Amino acid sequence: MKAKGIVHKYGDNVDTDVIIPARHLNTTDPNELAKHCMEDIDAAFVARVQSGDVMVAGKNFGCGSSREHAPIAIKASGISCVIAESFARIFYRNAINIGLPIVESAAAAKAIANGETVEVDFTKGVVSAGGCEYEIAPFPPFLQNIIQAGGLLPAIQNS
Amino acid sequence: MGMTMTQKILAAHAGLDSVVAGQLIEASLDLVLGNDITAPVAIDEMTKFNLDRVFSQEKIALVMDHFTPCRDIKAAQACQKVRNFAHRHGIKHFFDVGDMGIEHCLLPEKGIVKAGDCIIGADSHTCTYGALGAFSTGVGSTDMAAGMVTGKAWFKVPGAIKFTLTGEFAPNVSGKDLILHIIGMIGVDGALYQSMEFCGPGVANVSMENRLTITNMAIEAGAKNGIFPVDELTIAYMQKAGVENYTAYEADSDAIYDREIEIDLRQVKPTVAFPHLPENTHTVDSIAENIVIDQVVIGSCTNGWYSDLEAAANVLRGNKVAPNVRCIIFPGTQQIYLDCVRNGLMEVFINAGCAVSTPTCGPCLGGHSGCLAQGERAVATTNRNFVGRMGHTESEIYLASPYVAAKAAIAGYLGAGIL
Repeated sequence: MKAKGIVHKYGDNVDTDVIIPARHLNTTDPNELAKHCMEDIDAAFVARVQSGDVMVAGKNFGCGSSREHAPIAIKASGISCVIAESFARIFYRNAINIGLPIVESAAAAKAIANGETVEVDFTKGVVSAGGCEYEIAPFPPFLQNIIQAGGLLPAIQNS
Repeated sequence: MGMTMTQKILAAHAGLDSVVAGQLIEASLDLVLGNDITAPVAIDEMTKFNLDRVFSQEKIALVMDHFTPCRDIKAAQACQKVRNFAHRHGIKHFFDVGDMGIEHCLLPEKGIVKAGDCIIGADSHTCTYGALGAFSTGVGSTDMAAGMVTGKAWFKVPGAIKFTLTGEFAPNVSGKDLILHIIGMIGVDGALYQSMEFCGPGVANVSMENRLTITNMAIEAGAKNGIFPVDELTIAYMQKAGVENYTAYEADSDAIYDREIEIDLRQVKPTVAFPHLPENTHTVDSIAENIVIDQVVIGSCTNGWYSDLEAAANVLRGNKVAPNVRCIIFPGTQQIYLDCVRNGLMEVFINAGCAVSTPTCGPCLGGHSGCLAQGERAVATTNRNFVGRMGHTESEIYLASPYVAAKAAIAGYLGAGIL
């Protein structure tokens, strides 16, 4: 499995209130949520993002509210992978549970610049950008099962 | 090897003699919680994967508190979806307008959460119930859905930061000041993936409602959970709430902690968090320039307890809210609301010029009943001051205790002079 696209870069502590503001939480429709993704921190994101693009951010990405609408909005906006120095723990669970690929790599998140093209090879465990390669640690087998099933509920359905 | 209090609860719920930090486990759940924002997503997912069944009618709580009384048609549709689900499955703890309260005030008050429980909730402030000696953590809607179907959840066993409390609070200093002080010290990711375990002789001097405020904001330091030991105050609180069976777990004396921090409660001062992160803390006496404000919000799952409203009323009694300020008060539950009526607090609030709301999460997350306009500033007893949290992206939130918020409401500004 691979992801490849243009980087949209953000800083530390990107919270779920800016990823998808609460005023839009009266819907569960992914396409509706995607229309407002990042609007309180980067109003131009929705117009700029192309299918397959990659989001890169600093530490504690997705902090705050437990709203699963946040990874749903990011996924539905076309983002193929989020790379961050670290993730807030509820966002981390939610991303795995809904099948949004995420990569925790401080080296990659710090070095990769906005607008660069980045490729993530999940099978090899490598992030490549600007001629550099960054190794990524594989998920524990338990989480790989969830990811391979396409999320937590399909995994339960399979078992 | 010794275990922390959290690790002991998780081991017991995973059917294991012991666990270590970093271990992946599957634990049985005593309660799965959702609200009108997160439960609809969970219900949709269950339907999509043909898993429309629940593991227990008694161990699921659904509280319609965020956009209620419904602020618009979409919110009404979402509540209807949850209401129909609750009726279809015979969910015992379904709370709708009229008997609902803010979930994290309501469940402890009703005795639905208790010491020794293992609880997940699709709301980040589910960590509140650690005040009762439970393991309790926020998750998303898919985890909630899986929990409702299977009665289980996967966890990575957390390490812990041990906070040893000594002494007691100075007058007009509360749990809110302590937790803001701690978040200012360790940062918004200072306890990421960890437990915050409180202990020490000072715990006995912290009221149950103050403990609930402290554990409520553990998530604002990135923590998986916050937890207090079970003592006489906990047992008395649970007895009043009608709890019959509970289990009190204690950390082993040789438990291993990632970090240990000692706090003398006497040294904690009235503290506020400036925009736009809860870690941007300042003591009120250090605010050199007055910050003129437009709104004060007193209530929420953090500070909607009776003692919080009483602290605010004691400041507001015989005073008027400043002409430039709108002051909105929202009690945590219907019972707290009724106690405010019976004890004359409502009269104090109304005479002071405050608006009093039915229990709801409304203004805290910019949902309804108190959104901010461009350039406006609020002092709020809520838990988050992120960009746009309470309304316009160019509005500002200063987090504070009910005492400080009420003082600011009268003064019309936040500054050292209000104390």
